[in-house]
Amino acid sequence: MAEFRLPANSRIGIGKTHPIPATAKRPRRFRIYRWDPETGEGPRLDTYTIDLADCAPMVLDALIKIKNEIDTTLTFRRSCREGICGSCAMNIDGTNTLACLKPIEDVKGDVMIYPLPHMAVVKDLVPDLNHIYAQYRSIQPWLQSDSPPPPDRERPQSEAERAQLDGLWECILCFCCSTACPSYWWNGERYLGPAILLQAYRWIADSRDEKTGERLDALEDPFRLYRCHTIMNCTRTCPKNLNPGKAIAEIKKLMVLRR
Amino acid sequence: MAAERMRSPLGRAIGLGSAKEGVGHWWAQRVTALALVPLALWFVAGVIALAGTDRAVFVAWVSHPVPAVLLVLLLIATFYHAALGLQVVIEDYIHAEAVRLGALIVMRLLCFALAVLGIFAVLKMAFAA
Repeated sequence: MAEFRLPANSRIGIGKTHPIPATAKRPRRFRIYRWDPETGEGPRLDTYTIDLADCAPMVLDALIKIKNEIDTTLTFRRSCREGICGSCAMNIDGTNTLACLKPIEDVKGDVMIYPLPHMAVVKDLVPDLNHIYAQYRSIQPWLQSDSPPPPDRERPQSEAERAQLDGLWECILCFCCSTACPSYWWNGERYLGPAILLQAYRWIADSRDEKTGERLDALEDPFRLYRCHTIMNCTRTCPKNLNPGKAIAEIKKLMVLRR
Repeated sequence: MAAERMRSPLGRAIGLGSAKEGVGHWWAQRVTALALVPLALWFVAGVIALAGTDRAVFVAWVSHPVPAVLLVLLLIATFYHAALGLQVVIEDYIHAEAVRLGALIVMRLLCFALAVLGIFAVLKMAFAA
């Protein structure tokens, strides 16, 4: 049944406020979601103040500074720090984005940081991605073709055919889009969500792939595909400026075309 | 979910597999929406034109073949479209399997009954005059 109140483990309490460094020239407050499964306590919002005069420009830089200098228990994923690995996806200032691509200066007031919305939390800013990775696996994201490749080279593809993949191959699977989608929030168990559907379309649109029909068969489902109601939060939030909403529309179009 | 604790994430993601339907529903929702644009505009214009007149004038209007047929089409398109849309709302927000199934059945029957009721009223007026 519809839930009108947050479950107890989603109600966020007031956490610790760490002292403002005395020498700070440009102090800035960061309010960060914290939850530790081992304490048995509910989640809380901790407040950290750092000196922007002594910090690199991105939100990820601030998180690393906090972890290094103020609170080593702060837990988050990060790797490449240049927007290509997708690890540091989180909700910053009310929008899902990559901490490494989000300038601190773009945020007005306190910098509010939460994990990706409506995902089970492993710890602090680390969401549990097992289910969404399994959904990705379920669409068989690899080239499938009965025709053997030419013996002496790769499978040929014209420039125009290759261009069909532009706007799709750039997806880094950070899941900012899927976790911004209300349909994915309410029915994520069965709905594949924008990230996975964009990936599914990446293989449907590939001229070298011969399993297009099977791929469409697997997607034709009231929940897997048709929970998308073109809310377009996905496209609005994508830190790589891709358009998952359009990819989903293309899948729906093909579904009608092949009837 | 709790009962599936030992199931692999992939097994859970695949679930019962694809239902292999949904295109029909999606397409019908768009086609009925398209049909409703002229029908609804015509209906509103018709009602405004007859505003302030008494019942006899209205019944006389409905008894003409063109308004009668368009009214029946409007009722069919409206309640078909409503049933498709409400189905999506119920599927989106009601997660208890039994409640969802019950709500879907009641909604479907209600939409069908209302359409039949409306069509009967139009025909009664159309053929009474």
